[in-house]
Amino acid sequence: MKILVCISNVPDTTTKITFTNDNTQFNTSGVQFIVNPYDEIALSRAIELCEGGKGTVTAINVGDSSTDPTIRKALAIGADDAVRINAVPRDAYFTAYQIAEYAKTGDFDMILCGRESIDYNGAQVAAMVGEFLDIPSISIIKKLDYDETTATLEREIEGGKEVVSVTGKFIASCAEGVAEPKIPTMRGIMSARTKSLQVVEAVEIAEVAKVVKFETPAPRGAVKQVPAEEAAKLIDLLHTEAKVI
Amino acid sequence: MSVLVYVEQADGKFKKSGFEAVSYAKAIADGQGTHLTAISIGNVGDSELKELGKYGASKVLNVSSDQLKNFVNQAYASVIVEAAAKENADIVILSNSFSGKGLAPRIAVKLKAGLVDGAVELPQTTDGKFTVKKNAFSGKAFAVTELTSVNKVIALNPNAFGTKESAGDATIENFTPEVKTTDLTAIVKEIVRATDKISLPDAELVVSAGRGLKAPENWGMIEELANLLGAATACSKPVSDAGWRPHSEHVGQTGIAISPNLYIAIGISGAIQHLAGVSSSKVIVVINKDPEAPFFKVADYGIVGDAFEVVPKLIEALKAHKG
Ligand SMILES: Cc1cc2nc3c(=O)[nH]c(=O)nc-3n(C[C@H](O)[C@H](O)[C@H](O)COP(=O)(O)OP(=O)(O)OC[C@H]3O[C@@H](n4cnc5c(N)ncnc54)[C@H](O)[C@@H]3O)c2cc1C
Repeated sequence: MKILVCISNVPDTTTKITFTNDNTQFNTSGVQFIVNPYDEIALSRAIELCEGGKGTVTAINVGDSSTDPTIRKALAIGADDAVRINAVPRDAYFTAYQIAEYAKTGDFDMILCGRESIDYNGAQVAAMVGEFLDIPSISIIKKLDYDETTATLEREIEGGKEVVSVTGKFIASCAEGVAEPKIPTMRGIMSARTKSLQVVEAVEIAEVAKVVKFETPAPRGAVKQVPAEEAAKLIDLLHTEAKVI
Repeated sequence: MSVLVYVEQADGKFKKSGFEAVSYAKAIADGQGTHLTAISIGNVGDSELKELGKYGASKVLNVSSDQLKNFVNQAYASVIVEAAAKENADIVILSNSFSGKGLAPRIAVKLKAGLVDGAVELPQTTDGKFTVKKNAFSGKAFAVTELTSVNKVIALNPNAFGTKESAGDATIENFTPEVKTTDLTAIVKEIVRATDKISLPDAELVVSAGRGLKAPENWGMIEELANLLGAATACSKPVSDAGWRPHSEHVGQTGIAISPNLYIAIGISGAIQHLAGVSSSKVIVVINKDPEAPFFKVADYGIVGDAFEVVPKLIEALKAHKG
C-alpha cells in the first residue's frame, strides 16, 4: 500500500497574528512554524496503517526551501520519504493542482490530509485534489479503517456522523479522532536526516484567487461586569440591552 | 449571467444555513442585476421548495432521484455544475457546512473558478474587482480575497449573514441530470443524527464549559441552562480530550469555529487557541472565578464567581424570565 500525506507549514497556534506591507502580507518575523496539527493526525494514521511493513508513507509539501524543517519533522514522525513541490503556495487551487499532478506519477492507494490548515482555514485542498484526479474525496473524517481494498470512514455532519465506504483510490481530510498525533522519537529524528526529500518543480496554472488584504477583528468594548450575587441581572441585560435572548 | 445557490436539506427540510445562503445569493444577484436560481437535491416536498421563493429565488431546480438521496459530494458537484451551465450561472453560492466544505472545492475545480470558503460578508465590486471577506487564521484575522476567475464560488459561513425575506414566488422545475456511476463510488452506509440536539455550527446561542467544571457529572446544569435558552452546548479541548464531552462539541483552533449571536463561556480560561474558534461570536459572556482569566479581555459581559453558584442563579432567573 502507498499513502501520500499532504503536509502544510503553518504558524504555531500561539502566534499573535500581525501583517506587514500595508496589511497585504502575513508578518512571519519571529513566527515559529509547525506541521499543521490536522496534517499531523493524517500522517499519524497513515503511519499506523503502514505499520509492520504493510506499506509506505510519502509526505508532500508545496513550499519553498523555508519549509524544509517542517518536512523533516514529518519524516521524524515516521514518513518514509518526502517530496517538496518548489513553489510558494499561492492559494488552495494552486496547491491542490500541484499535489494532484504529483499524485498522478505515484500510483498511491490513498491520499490523506488535514481537515483544514490553521492559517488560511481553507478546507479546500482534499476535495480539489479529488476533483483534479476524478476520485472520491471525503472531507472532515473522524475515523478511518482500511482492509486492503475498502476504506470505511466516518464523516462529521451537523449534529451527527455519516459512515461512508469507498473501494479504490480516494482522498480524505482528517480531523480529531482519526489518530493520536505521534511525537517524533530520538531515533526518528536521527533517521529523518538521511531520508529522501525530493524537490520537484511546480507546474504553472492560471490564477483564480488571491488575497488582497488582511484585516484584524475590531476590538471589543470594555467588559461589563455583573456582580456574582446579582447574576440574575445578566439575563435582563442579554434580553434588553444585547437583545440576543 | 445569473446566480445559482445550492440549498442543503436534511430529511426533506432545508436548513437555516440554507435559507441564509439563499438570502445572501439574492443580495448578490441584485447587485449584479440578475436573477437567482436555487437547486435542491434529495427528496423535498413542493411546499418546502416554495419556501425558497420567500428568500429571493425566482426558480427552484428540484433534483429528486433515489441515486442522489444521500449526499455524495462527487455526484452532487456534477449535478450542480450541470445546473450552472443550464442556467448560465457564473456565480455559485452554498453553505460552508461540513457537506459544503466537501462540495464547494469540487465545484470550483469543475468551473475553473476561484473559491472563497467561510465568507462573512457580501462581495465588494469596486474598481472592477470582485472581493470577498473571509475568516482566516482561525478567527484571528480576515482575508479579503479577490476572485480573478470568470466563474466564482462562495461558501457562506453559517450565522454570518442572517436570513432576509424578499416578497417573491418561485417556479419549481424538475431537473433530471444524468448521473455517472463513477461519481457514486463513495457509498453512504449509515447516517446517525441526534435530532433532539441543536447542531453546534448552526446554533445562534451556545453555552460552553471548560475544565473549571471539574468533572463530567457536573454538566447537568450546563445542559439545563442550554435547554432553557434553546442553545447548543460546546466545550474546551481538554474537556473533550478527557472524554467528558464528545469531540463534536470541541470549539477552538483545532475544533469547530463558530460565530453565534451569544457565546456563554463557563469555567474556561480563554487560551488563545480557544479564543480562535469563538472570538467572532457577536456577544460573549464569561463566567469564571478568576478575575484575571484572559477570557474577560474579550468578553462583553462578565461575572467573576463560582460557576456552581452562578449557573443555578441564571437558571432560576431564566425560568422566572420565561414565566
Ligand atoms: C496546538 C494546540 C491547539 C489547541 N486547540 C485548542 C482548541 O481548539 N480549543 C481549546 O479550547 N483549547 C485548545 N488548546 C488548549 C488551550 O491552550 C487551553 O489549554 C485550553 O483551552 C484550556 O481549557 P480550559 O479553559 O477549559 O481549562 P483551564 O485553562 O484549566 O481553565 C479552567 C478555567 O476555569 C476556571 N474555574 C475553575 N473553577 C471554576 C469555578 N468553580 N467556577 C468558575 N470558573 C472556574 C479557572 O479560573 C480557569 O480559568 C490547544 C492547545 C494547543 C497547544
